[in-house]
Amino acid sequence: MKGNSYLSRKIHSLLGVIPLGLFIIEHMVTNYSAFEGGAEGFSDSIKFLNDLPLVFFLELFGIWLPLLFHGVYGLYVAYQSNVNTGRFQYGRNWAFALQRITGVITFIFVFWHLYQTRFQVMIGEVKHEELGNLMHDIASNGFYFVLYIIGVLAATFHFSNGMWAFLVSWGITIGPRAQRISSFIWMGVFVIVAVMFLLSLGAFRGDEFKEAASAALQLTNLV
Amino acid sequence: MAETTVASKTVKLIITRQDAPNAQSYTEEFEIPYRPNMNVIGALMEIQRNPKKKDGQATAPVCWESNCLEEVCGACSMVINGKPRQACSALIDKLEQPIRLQPMSTFPVVRDLVINRERMFNALKRVKAWIPIDGTYDLGPGPRMAEAKRQWAYELSKCMTCGVCLESCPNVNDRNSFIGPAAISQVRLFNAHPTGEMNAAERLETLMEDGGIEGCGNSQNCVRSCPKGIPLTTSIAAINKDTTKHLFKKWLGM
Ligand code: SF4
Ligand code: FES
Repeated sequence: MKGNSYLSRKIHSLLGVIPLGLFIIEHMVTNYSAFEGGAEGFSDSIKFLNDLPLVFFLELFGIWLPLLFHGVYGLYVAYQSNVNTGRFQYGRNWAFALQRITGVITFIFVFWHLYQTRFQVMIGEVKHEELGNLMHDIASNGFYFVLYIIGVLAATFHFSNGMWAFLVSWGITIGPRAQRISSFIWMGVFVIVAVMFLLSLGAFRGDEFKEAASAALQLTNLV
Repeated sequence: MAETTVASKTVKLIITRQDAPNAQSYTEEFEIPYRPNMNVIGALMEIQRNPKKKDGQATAPVCWESNCLEEVCGACSMVINGKPRQACSALIDKLEQPIRLQPMSTFPVVRDLVINRERMFNALKRVKAWIPIDGTYDLGPGPRMAEAKRQWAYELSKCMTCGVCLESCPNVNDRNSFIGPAAISQVRLFNAHPTGEMNAAERLETLMEDGGIEGCGNSQNCVRSCPKGIPLTTSIAAINKDTTKHLFKKWLGM
């Protein structure tokens, strides 16, 4: 990595919050509509997102490019760290190691998840209305279901603990008390976000997603 | 009579040794007579006096460094039973046996337990961890320091450059150019000083270059390992704040 590593690391840190952290929250809310509003709620949420103005640029600058930078530079950051939790078994040191491990898991998971969903839409294999059905197929497969659970837990931990670290590395939480309170808050956020993602993942297994999607499919077939 | 019972008590040690900077390391076991109130340095001196391994074979005496013998110089730092600390304040009675001694291998090993802490002194030079008062004429008395500030700054000034915090840091390694926690805390110390403050921006800027403060990944092992109880993670977060402010000020051209 050439140039000033201070700047690269700061950009890495900032992108993790804006836009990627915001995106995780947005994604959680969209998915949760599957749990709360069923198939209809979920397709309404997707429609809302697709109706956003300049959606192509929003996706490019709000997700793709930040994701690429944060992911690739993050792998470099992980490569630069040792794991010494054997010698120093402190909670924060575990969080440090887990931040890097979950980062790598999230990197792999996100690329694979994008391939299964967004990429299929892009190449025209799947329509936006059929995403609920696609997720139903994925979540109903026991093997994928377990991998998704692991991926979701890794991503949400990485997000929550990353937020804790962001507040330290930008000099917002300075003293030990501020940092301790912050860690309670962000571990709470981890639990809430993880539970919401997992509830929606469970909801996708429901039959209504199959039916709704096949109805949509039939409709398109008729037309 | 008491002597015979005391003499039968022994101290067992397993020491990681290395004959030269690039040589392969190996371990040797020692068993030495116990004396009350012994510390690790005392045990090493005993081995020096009678350099025999546990099995009775002669060996080269173990090399180590020490000066003050009261935990203020930092020279005797080594890894004792898995934790980096000072050998002079490590009492045998409080250690589980066999006692394992290893060099702090984050630093280049010179021989046995002797390491080269030069990178720490270079780091202090890099961040200008001093207060420039030399000039061609008398600059007069500097501004006074508030007592409350002096009190917390004094805590930071206890650093003895021992290297324990670098040894405990997962980001100080040969894949990473991180300067380490000690120097960052020294920047906070010298930037807090009313005269030192005049060069604050310079010190912050060196920490905003490659291998600067950005290398901290917040494992927070340093603050738990520092023998002087220096609030290293608070110093790092405070300097994070100062560097962030400095970055924005520079961007905005202020
Ligand atoms: S900060 Fe503490 S552990 Fe680090 S070098 Fe100074 S005295 Fe040693
Ligand atoms: S000899 Fe000085 S700290 Fe141990």
